[in-house]
Amino acid sequence: MDSYSKRKNIIIFIFFTVGVIFVVRLFFLQVVNSTYKRSATKNVLREVVEFPSRGLIYGRKGELLVFNQTVYDLMATPREIGRFDTTALCDIIDVSKDDLISELNKAKRYSSYQPSVVAKLIPPIRYAFLKEKIYKYPGFYLQTRNIRNYTYNSAAHVLGYIGEVSPSTIQKDNYYKSGDYIGVSGIERAYEKELRGKKGVSLYLVDVHNRLKGEYENGRMDTSAVKGKDLKTSLDIDLQQYGELLMQNKAGSIVAIEPSTGEILAMVTSPSYSPVDMVGRSRMVNFPRLVADTLLPLFNRAVQAHYPPGSTFKMLHGLIALQENIINPSTSYYCNHGYHVGNFHQGCHHEQSFDLNGAITASCNAYFSQTFRAFLESSKFHGVKDGYEAWRNHALSFGFGDKVSFEFDEESKGFIPTTDFYDKRTFKRDSRWHALSIISLAIGQGEIETTPIQMANYMAILANRGYYYPPHVVREIEGEPLSPVVREKHYTTVKQAEFEKILDGMEGVVTGGTGVLASVPGIRICGKTGTAQNPHGPDHSTFVAFAPRNNPVIAIAVYVENGKFGNLYAAPIAGLMIEKYINDSIQPSRKWLETNMLETNLLYPDLPNYIKYYK
Amino acid sequence: MAQLFNIWKRFDWVIILIYVFMVLLGWLNIYSAVYSDEHRSIFDMEQRYGKQMIWIVFAFILAILIMVTESNFFVTFSFPIYCIFILLLLTVLFLGSIVNGAKAWLTIGNFALQPSEFAKLGVTLALAKVMSSYDFSFKSKNSKLIVAGIILLPVLLIFLQNDTGSALVYFAFLIPLFREGMSGLILFFLLFFALLFILALVLKSWLFILLLIVSGFVVFYFMRRRWNEMAPALLIFTSAVALVSAIFLVFGIDFNVYFVLLISSFMSGLVLLFLSIYKRIPQATLIVSLFLASIIFSFVVDFAFDNILQPHQQARINDVLGIKSDPHGAGYHVIQSKIAIGSGGLLGKGFLKGTQTKFDFVPEQSTDFIFCTVGEEWGFLGSIIVVGAFVFLLYRLVKLAERQHSIFSRVYGYSTAAIIFFHFAVNIGMTIGLVPVIGIPLPFFSYGGSSLWFFTALLFIFLRLDASRFEQLR
Repeated sequence: MDSYSKRKNIIIFIFFTVGVIFVVRLFFLQVVNSTYKRSATKNVLREVVEFPSRGLIYGRKGELLVFNQTVYDLMATPREIGRFDTTALCDIIDVSKDDLISELNKAKRYSSYQPSVVAKLIPPIRYAFLKEKIYKYPGFYLQTRNIRNYTYNSAAHVLGYIGEVSPSTIQKDNYYKSGDYIGVSGIERAYEKELRGKKGVSLYLVDVHNRLKGEYENGRMDTSAVKGKDLKTSLDIDLQQYGELLMQNKAGSIVAIEPSTGEILAMVTSPSYSPVDMVGRSRMVNFPRLVADTLLPLFNRAVQAHYPPGSTFKMLHGLIALQENIINPSTSYYCNHGYHVGNFHQGCHHEQSFDLNGAITASCNAYFSQTFRAFLESSKFHGVKDGYEAWRNHALSFGFGDKVSFEFDEESKGFIPTTDFYDKRTFKRDSRWHALSIISLAIGQGEIETTPIQMANYMAILANRGYYYPPHVVREIEGEPLSPVVREKHYTTVKQAEFEKILDGMEGVVTGGTGVLASVPGIRICGKTGTAQNPHGPDHSTFVAFAPRNNPVIAIAVYVENGKFGNLYAAPIAGLMIEKYINDSIQPSRKWLETNMLETNLLYPDLPNYIKYYK
Repeated sequence: MAQLFNIWKRFDWVIILIYVFMVLLGWLNIYSAVYSDEHRSIFDMEQRYGKQMIWIVFAFILAILIMVTESNFFVTFSFPIYCIFILLLLTVLFLGSIVNGAKAWLTIGNFALQPSEFAKLGVTLALAKVMSSYDFSFKSKNSKLIVAGIILLPVLLIFLQNDTGSALVYFAFLIPLFREGMSGLILFFLLFFALLFILALVLKSWLFILLLIVSGFVVFYFMRRRWNEMAPALLIFTSAVALVSAIFLVFGIDFNVYFVLLISSFMSGLVLLFLSIYKRIPQATLIVSLFLASIIFSFVVDFAFDNILQPHQQARINDVLGIKSDPHGAGYHVIQSKIAIGSGGLLGKGFLKGTQTKFDFVPEQSTDFIFCTVGEEWGFLGSIIVVGAFVFLLYRLVKLAERQHSIFSRVYGYSTAAIIFFHFAVNIGMTIGLVPVIGIPLPFFSYGGSSLWFFTALLFIFLRLDASRFEQLR
């Protein structure tokens, strides 16, 4: 009767098969695969980040330069927002209605359960108003953020600024999360790791609506925020401010270094901006304005601008020639209104014979052209290229042709051409080149370019008679040693003894040569004027110096763009800076010079190709 | 009274024990899924676990009532019971309230009942009654029509309620029908097309066709093992591919593997079909017909999928097949459910310690997704105990059904096993991502009076019938 009873086995088989499939699947899901466990943790754990306060920055004498100020971000969790008076809220936080609505929509698209920032950087005064009214706006709350504030309206380029971290940085460094602040320029950037401290993280359990349900593991996994390290800089804020004052209404820069340590005393770039311009909400207004400014206030001239060094390079030529025994201090050349070979003419202003120191004092072009040619064609080298190569190596040992500081990311390397560079460049349709092809290097013109910080460092080398420490701004990090790079003494390839042989000439520049406006009664200053040729307008006025001659405490380079001759603006400004640093004040007999400099206005924003010059 | 006393011994206490174990375990898991610090008492009537306790008490009373009822009652009243449930389904259609898009609930006061759950009981009884009659035979057209009518009438009504999930459960009745002599081909084709359905949606269309072609040839070879038949068939196919490719290239139509394979296999399929009939090779005819049917079927699937299924159904099928992965969209249920179960590990997080289910990451965690709580808090060990308990229950039900003297009880027994099996397979299958999300409860575990009472009645009627297994019931 029941002919189908064997079919029970098929049915039992189907039941067991499904059971086995489930067990296998569960085994892989629960025992083998671990991604679900991680996802589960991600689901229920919410990190609440405690932001550390950023390290403070102090000046040379312990003055507080940069500190923190608390502002507030308005956060919103879209699904918890009820009906509210948009206009009233916008009035309190000073944001346009359209902006707030678009931010709320953005937040909604991101997540309706998780909070997003809808208005950034609300100043404390508005926070006080909002805090009273916040109960009227369910779903909104305020999160504190630290931004920077400044004691002195000064040194913007040196200190740098902080800004929101970029997506590419977030990808590279998982410390940062979207919306975090990071040092963007200056020492804020260079010492980001020290200044930022360590974020604290508290872990909480949340439900699907992101409501807190309690601490995770009773807070055992939580970490507290570690405050950022304070920095002591070498900036002499008085000198810095004085330099900025002297440079007002002029384009250019001043770099002053303490030779014995490499510490930067002042680093002035003009025109500049006020550091508070880059903080909080005002940055949104100021940044586009500064970017659009044709005088390039965001361009850090002190380290980024590169000019031909001009006559200030003559000491370097002298030192290298002395080192290689091409000349000795008493070697003389005759200047006949310049240097003339065949139909080649290098102009000069004298009609007399000079020895080395005399030539430096008088800034004689002919003397150094003769010297450089004698150097290049000297029989101790295998031809001009070999000679040039030897000269170049000496020049590189003075810190030229490469970055000398490690703190300024934007620093330019300057340029000391290689022989290869000249090989590829045809002089008068002839691929071969000789001493006369590059003779303009003898007076610091031609292809060579140096930066103001390199020139200040060059003066530090002369002050030290042959070595330098890399110029730097930060002299002390709280509870941490400085980078060993700072303590590394760099010797030049020129022997110490040679340096003494040119100092008379440099002192002569200030006492009775081309840079007398730099002289300060009572201080023995060694200096040199220069004129950086500018094909786009008036030449740039340059002056480099160190003082006092014995046991120097300051090495300085001053550039005044379009200032024509070194003695006109750069020399007096250098003299005033030295006097201010050493004597702390300007003597009454020199007040007229100070006034004169303060009142000088050299800015010609409509100058043709002004911008092109920096490109 | 003596007889009644006697009958207690004849009940299958193993199944009763499994039943009590599952119901209490379900209650604990509902407690754990809904648990919050504010409502700690498992007897809190405001909470689902408190209510479930009431449903359980009533379920036990219901079970005892069924156990003391004469088994003939169920035989005699099988058609009236069926009719009552059909009437209830009709009532729901007009007076029902809508929950989750389905008009499946009958609300009286603050008490809601889901007649589509109970309707299965009516079908089970009616089916047992019809199939145990003397003149019933699968060879008779009349019998087949009656069986189809009994099953499809409630299916239609439930479809009209827009409650597809509950309607699908009626596929379960194919198992008792199969046991009673329905052609095995129906079950085979159902499984075959279910597999095709999933493959057609999962695989890229060209890969699907290629798979069909290759498996067609392989099956043909193993059925006949004759190269002199295989070679010409392959030759016809390859030349069709060459011809179609040539046409594509000559007319500069964009070369598309899917269309080339589709057209050439369809052409050569027709040729082979003709040849196989002409040469009288029935296996070849079968394979080629199946192949052509499959191709047409895959078209229909695409069409049906795009045009007949509703967006939320499309989305749910897509999730399970892994076609679209969108954690905050339609795949959310399955992803969160897998996370909850997967995070349980070997031994689980412990009672009341699950975070995924407790903090509402898993939706419907006390009803359709109750298995997540088991997986998360009791781990792999707890999961296999539950799966094992179900498989054991099903196995035992089949064993008991087979020992019945009357066909009525046997059909009833198989139907009971089949319905529990279908719920078990689909419900746990969906929580671990093997089956589309179809909202049907896990028997004895899921929160809800309708479901619990239905399964209690279903099971205990069978136990009552089993207690009288030596009687002839018609």
